[in-house]
Parts: sequence; C-alpha cells; structure tokens
Amino acid sequence: MANRIVVDPITRIEGHLRIEVEIKDGKIVDAYSSGTMVRGFELILKGRDPRDAWAFTERACGVCTTVHALASVRAVEDALKIKIPPNAELIRNLMFCAQYLQDHVVHFYHLHALDWVDVVSALKADPKKTSEIAQSISNWPNSSPGYFSDLQKRLKTFVDSGQLGIFANGYWGHAAYKLPNEVNLLGVAHYLEALEWQKEIVKVHTIFGGKNPHPNYLVGGVPCSINIEESNAINAERLAMVGRLFEEAKEFVEKVYLPDLVAVAGFYKDWGGIGGGLSNYMAYGDLPVNGYADVAQFKFPRGIILNRDLSTVHPIDGSDAEQIQEFISHSWYTYSDGDEKGKHPWAGETNLNYTGPKPPYDYLNVDQKYSWLKTPRWKGMPMEVGPLSRLLVAYASGREEVKEVVNGALAALNVPVGALFSTLGRTAARGLETKLIALWAKEFYDQLLTNIRNGDTRTANMEKWEPATWPKEAKGVGLTEAPRGALAHWIVVKDQKIDNYQLVVPSTWNASPRDPQGQRSAYEASLIDTPVKDPEQPLEILRTIHSFDPCLACAVHVYDEKGTYVHQLQTF
Amino acid sequence: MEEKMLTVYEQMQSRGYSRRDFLRFCSWMGALIGVEATGLARVVHALETKPRVPVVWFHFQECTCCSESFIRSSHPIVADILLDKISLDYTETLQAAAGKQAEEALHATMKKYKGEYLMLCEGSVPTEADGVYCCIAGRTALDIVKEAAEGAKAIVAWGSCASNGCIQGAKPNPTGATPIHKIVTGKPIINVPGCPPIGEVMAGTIVHLLAFDRIPQLDGLGRPKAFYSRRVHDTCYRRPNYDAGLFVESFDDENAKRGYCLYKVGCRGPVTYNACGVMRWNNGVSYPIQSGHGCIGCSEANFWDNGPFYQHLASFPGFGIETTADKIGVAVGAATLAGMAAHAISTNIRKRHEIKKDQNEQDKKGGA
Repeated sequence: MANRIVVDPITRIEGHLRIEVEIKDGKIVDAYSSGTMVRGFELILKGRDPRDAWAFTERACGVCTTVHALASVRAVEDALKIKIPPNAELIRNLMFCAQYLQDHVVHFYHLHALDWVDVVSALKADPKKTSEIAQSISNWPNSSPGYFSDLQKRLKTFVDSGQLGIFANGYWGHAAYKLPNEVNLLGVAHYLEALEWQKEIVKVHTIFGGKNPHPNYLVGGVPCSINIEESNAINAERLAMVGRLFEEAKEFVEKVYLPDLVAVAGFYKDWGGIGGGLSNYMAYGDLPVNGYADVAQFKFPRGIILNRDLSTVHPIDGSDAEQIQEFISHSWYTYSDGDEKGKHPWAGETNLNYTGPKPPYDYLNVDQKYSWLKTPRWKGMPMEVGPLSRLLVAYASGREEVKEVVNGALAALNVPVGALFSTLGRTAARGLETKLIALWAKEFYDQLLTNIRNGDTRTANMEKWEPATWPKEAKGVGLTEAPRGALAHWIVVKDQKIDNYQLVVPSTWNASPRDPQGQRSAYEASLIDTPVKDPEQPLEILRTIHSFDPCLACAVHVYDEKGTYVHQLQTF
Repeated sequence: MEEKMLTVYEQMQSRGYSRRDFLRFCSWMGALIGVEATGLARVVHALETKPRVPVVWFHFQECTCCSESFIRSSHPIVADILLDKISLDYTETLQAAAGKQAEEALHATMKKYKGEYLMLCEGSVPTEADGVYCCIAGRTALDIVKEAAEGAKAIVAWGSCASNGCIQGAKPNPTGATPIHKIVTGKPIINVPGCPPIGEVMAGTIVHLLAFDRIPQLDGLGRPKAFYSRRVHDTCYRRPNYDAGLFVESFDDENAKRGYCLYKVGCRGPVTYNACGVMRWNNGVSYPIQSGHGCIGCSEANFWDNGPFYQHLASFPGFGIETTADKIGVAVGAATLAGMAAHAISTNIRKRHEIKKDQNEQDKKGGA
C-alpha cells in the first residue's frame, strides 16, 4: 500500500510550492507538484503602455530579478522592429551575467547546500583537518585552522543557545547526509561568506539600472548614458567598478563555489543516478555577441534535445502556433472551447476556476485539477529547462568551451556522461555554467570599453519611442534564459496599448501538473524512483526539487485573450 | 533544548566581533534610524541587554524581492545580526526545514513566545474566493495572517505588496490582493513600502524595534518617518537642474549624457516619499535617477496605476526644499492614490482641510 506524504511549504525556494508523493517500499512511485499562489499578472498588463511592461513583468520575480524585464523589452522591440545599439546589448549582457553569478551562488549555498551539508555535524569537525581540505582544493585565503575553529566556536554558541533560527527543525543527523564533519564545517563557513559576497556583484545592476533588486530597463536600449567626461553618467570610475566586481566574482566562483561543488559532489555520486526524470531538454539560448537577431552567435545556443540524443539539436520557433502550447486539464482554469486542447500563448485565455479542496485541506484531489500552474508543451512533449538543458544544448551544438568544462567535470568526478541526467547533473551544470559566465562577462566588458574607446557611446535607439510611430497592430516574442531556464514573453500591441501579454516561464515548464495525456512534467517525473529513507523527513525530495531551483511566483499568472475577463469563483 | 536567549551583544561577541565593532554597528544603526548622538547610549544599552527577539517571516502574494533586498543590507555585519541576532524561526526563503517541520517551527514559536514575537509579512493577501489564491500548507494566507497576528507583538509589512497591495493590487486586482493593515486590526503595524524597500531601511526598521522595544515614529500612512518623510525630488542631487530648467528630453540625448533632470521623461520623484536620494542603493552605489531612469514611485500606494511611467507629471509648483511629509500632512501619499490628481493636490498643498477631505474620499473608495 502506498503511503502519501505532503511537503508544503517547500522552503528555500521562491514562491509557494507543494509536493505530494506516494511512497512504496522506500521509493517514490508517484508525485504531484502544485503551485498554490496566483496573482494575475497578464490581466493587469492589458491596456497598459507597452513601454511600461518591463517594470510590471520584472515584478514577477525578485530572486531572478531582471530576467522578465529583459524578455519584456525584447518582446516589445520585436513587435516594433527596434534594433538596439551594440553598447545596450553589451550592458544587458553584463546585467545578465551579474544576475547569474549572484543567483547561482545564492542557490548553491543558501537554497540547496543544506540538503547536502549537515550544519550540526560541523560541530564535531576537526578544524585543522577542515583547513587541510580547504587548502588542498583551493587557494582561497580564508582557510587557516584558526579561521575554522573560530567559526566552530561561534556555531557552538549558536546551537547551545537553543534558538536555532533558520536552522531549527532541519533534518540534521539524517542518514542521507554523507559528508565528513570537516567538509560540513567548510560548507557552513562558505554559506556565511557567500551571504556577504552576494551583495557585491549585484552592484553591477545598481550602476547600470539604479538599484537591485529590480533595476531599470528601457525599450530601445538601456536607460543609463555613457559619458566619460561627466560624473553624472557611466564614466571611467563606474566602468572600473564594474570591472572589479566581475573580477572578484570570478575569483569567488573559481576559488570557492566550484571547488566546493566538486568536493560535495564527490560524496554524493549516487545522486548521479537519481532524479533524471524527463529525457527532453529545451533552451532558448542567450547572450548575443552580434545582436539579438543573430541567434547563431549566442553564447548559449538555442535548441531542443529529444530522448537524450545529443547527436541532434532540434530548432524552436516561438511564433509557430503548433510548437509551444499551454494546457489546463489539471490546472485551476477553464478554456472556452474545452479544457483538453492546448493554446499557443498568442491565442491564450484564462478563467480562474478553483475546484480544489476547501482550505484547510490535507490532500489535493490530484485526479482532477490541482495547481495554479498551466502545463506548457513543445509539440505536445514535456521539456526540462534550466542550466542542465542549456549545457546539453550547447554541448550537442558542439560548443568547444562548454564541452571542455563539462568533460573536465566528468573526469574530475570520474563519472560517465549519463550522470548528467540526474539531480547531481543539474546541480553541477549550474556551477559549470557559472564558471563560463564569469569568463564571458570579461569579454563583454572588454568589448564595451573598446566601443567607447572607438567613440561609440550610444546606449538607446529612440527612433520608435513615440507611440505615433508604431503600427496599428503588432506582435512580438522576447526569448531569454532565466537562471532557472527558458523564459519567453509574448505581446500583442494594438492601438498603442497592450492587447494581450503572456509569460511562459521556466518553472511553469518544470513544475507544472500533468497534461491531458497524463504525461508528467519535470518535477513530477524526476521524483519517480527516488529513495526516501524516512517519510517523516523527506530530505531526498528536497534534494531533487531544489536541483531545479524552483521559482514559483512567476510560474503562476493569468491572462485574458479578448479583454473579457471572466472571474469564475467556486462557491463552497 | 533549554532556552537561553543571548543578547545581541553576546551574540556578536560569540561571532568574534569586538566591542569596537559593536559600537560602530550601533552608531551606524543609530544614524540610520535618525537617532541623535546623545541617544546612541540607549541604542548601545538596549542591544547589549535585550535578548534575541523571535521573528516569523511570512510570504504571501509576492516575488521575494523584499527578502533579497534585506540580505543586501550593506553594513558588514547587518546580515549576521539580522539572521543570527534575531531568531528567525520561520522564513520560507532561507530555513532548512520544509513542510511539516517548518510548520512545527512556526507553531512552536507562536505558542512559546505568544505576545512577544515579531511578525514580518512580505506580500499581499488575496481575499477573493475565500482566499484560495494563496495557500500554504493547505491553509489560506488570510487564515494564517489572522492567526499569527493574534500573538504578535508588532507587525512589519515589508514592501509595497504588504503595505499597499503593489502590482497584484493594480487594476483590476483580479485576486482581491489586500495589504496587511486592511486585514489585521488592533496591532501595531509598520508599513515599509518600496518595490522593494532599500535593504538598509529594512535593517534600520528591525533594529529600531530591537533597540527601543517600541515602534518607530510613523507618518499618517504608517511608514517610519526616518525614511519616508522626504520626497525623492527634494533629496535628489539632480534637483538643481530642475530648478534651473535643465531637462532630459529623450533617453540618451545630450542632456541625458550631462545628467540633467528626468522630470520630463516621467520621473515620479516629486510625488514619491522614500530615502533613495539620501541613502541610495546597495551600499550607496547609485539610485534610479543617478543611473539615468526616472523614479517610478515604487514606494507610493497605487503607483502602478499612476499613469504610464514615461508620461511626465502635470506641472506642479515646487513645494520648497524644506517641506517635508509632515508639513504636507499625509496628503501626497493620498495624492498618488488618486493618480494624476497629484497636480491638484500640489496646488492645494497648504489647504489642509481640503486635502484631508480628499484623503477621506480615497479611503472611502478603498484606494489602498
């Protein structure tokens, strides 16, 4: 008899996620993923000025801040045929890189590490041995025995106080924790260091966008101007600061994040065989080096891998009505022509229609509708999106620098290529792409300086700023890669206003409920066969779910096709 | 485990900070929350002797930008103080435990520290459809917020979502997104608006509560006066350009490259009360105007519905740089509720009775 357990809230994520699983003989035999919060973004966007849409959509998520703003300005620029200046593209790329550097490091240490690192066991570590381990894997300066012993003392006082704060009720001592005490202590040290460090790299956003979280963007370019003779613009001092921030970030990634990742992964190689889930991977690609229109030159290439076959990369067309569609057969919405057929985002519609159990409830009715997330499909197939998908698409596209870091990591861990398709593979892929991004940021930075040196300081193309210059009706798509995966916005502009606006976001691809064919999406699929030692302490569930870096706030949204919003409420 | 609540100072000592570090922290925090030098001794004394306050941090309809901003607090030890010096017993973003264990931690704190814990809320609460638009652990946010508020000593509404509904409360507010102060009554509530608020403003608000064991002085909209009593316009370093009539006409034009005033490209600085111009963002690196984009007014109620962002405000006479929110009363906060009524309000600025009338009407409409 299967045993149903519920994890709600899933913590250390963005947003509200509930997981219900059925366990039999110590393994998960079925899983259900539910988004339990909805806000109504796309409906709110209707009738607004398209130039404002970036600010609205940016608020979809404050963890992966910037990414929705980028998708949005691209969607509007696509609709209005605006080509942005090279410097604007470079500054957007730099902001993209800064976002990834901050977000991936925070994910690893603050959202994911506690699934692998036992904080309490660090109390039993020998600080000298921790120091030896630290110095053997990296030349990061904070590595003396005294450093770790001080930290341990502080940790002891903290634990002895009885007020464990954020560490209260963790699964400490769980048999699935495999790290030696000394590595646990190292992990705790870097948890704290990373918390201090992360607020530095975001200053790149503050310089170009005025603040973080939620820096400012602009349709047609970027809002900051470059004037090296002026203290009120991007000048030599500001650029020098950007350069330094990226250098420091690169150092932190290379000397702390990656060595820790490899060290921790070495003790959890069995997770290279757990949590694989789907076998299809999708990436829209990003980081243009020759303008957004030149997709072939993106640092992260665009494409789809089916059935884990790395010999073929399939193309994606965001405007093809037959390719990307959203289904609602298990989502709390209705479609006017029946709930079984999918709809392309340009033809989407939404009526909120909660049919779940009346709160407070113990279990969702998973045979019916059970989530506020819709279920996106590519040609009817479920897709995994995220760092692993990006690296696999790049690997299969023959990108040498990507192949090099991936093969290097496989060799260092002594695991086969197949280990990539797993919980561990996802977590490793995130670290590996962070290393690449730190390198690419330097290229973009150097190019920006070269442009300025050559006299090009343009940051915005304002030719089509005035609504009077726009066509009566226009459609656009903006594609990007959020840290969590493929992200796209679709816009319809009519009479200078937003007529329709839709977001299909990474966590919707990964965390959605099943489709009308009963096919599972990535979270649900990846949990099948996962061993759970103690159903009361479902640590293993967190490991796999966190390997996706869930971000639920933006995964849930509603939109309306024709402006006739139907607010259907379930009455109890 | 037997409870032994350490004071902030003891915690800092245990973390290896010296008394000098501690005093520096106190003076920085004192400056931040507007304490006169003579009052600093009280901050020091309070932080030395007060035990760690149990804190529960909720997430409802939000995007977690407030949490992210909070961990950006720039003083070198702020993150430590606030993650370790308060006892953050429930926070979906950072806590190790999930599901049942997380809920148990929450309920243990609510029970053990009834009447003593601080309740921090990020996000608005949906009230339509009996609250099903936000459920946690099978319960509605509405239910949770009411229960938790009952035993809270004070409530902090982080960001515009919890203070005024923010984006999900923008027209047509499909889920009935409602700020905390419209749901909870009979408890001290501090609104800390902004999308997000500045990290140091969040830290400063918490430290004020810790240090003085009472809520900071609030304005008519429940915002700490220390951070929300001046318009961005009055503290903007580009203000002299406004006074001299030097304006950016279009993004990246010659005037933009010289850093002129952004009023004509939509800057909401003249109707926005926030500390951006003084404190700036991310350890004082910049703020929106300094980086070339107008203020979008993100700390004002209903700023999403306050006209398109790039359409400039109706012209208004200067209030004079010395004018503060206090002198204007709570009027301008209400003015932004009324969207482009800012013009009308500003010309009526000294007619307080009319302003109050306007505000009352707004309240009747249920504006915020």
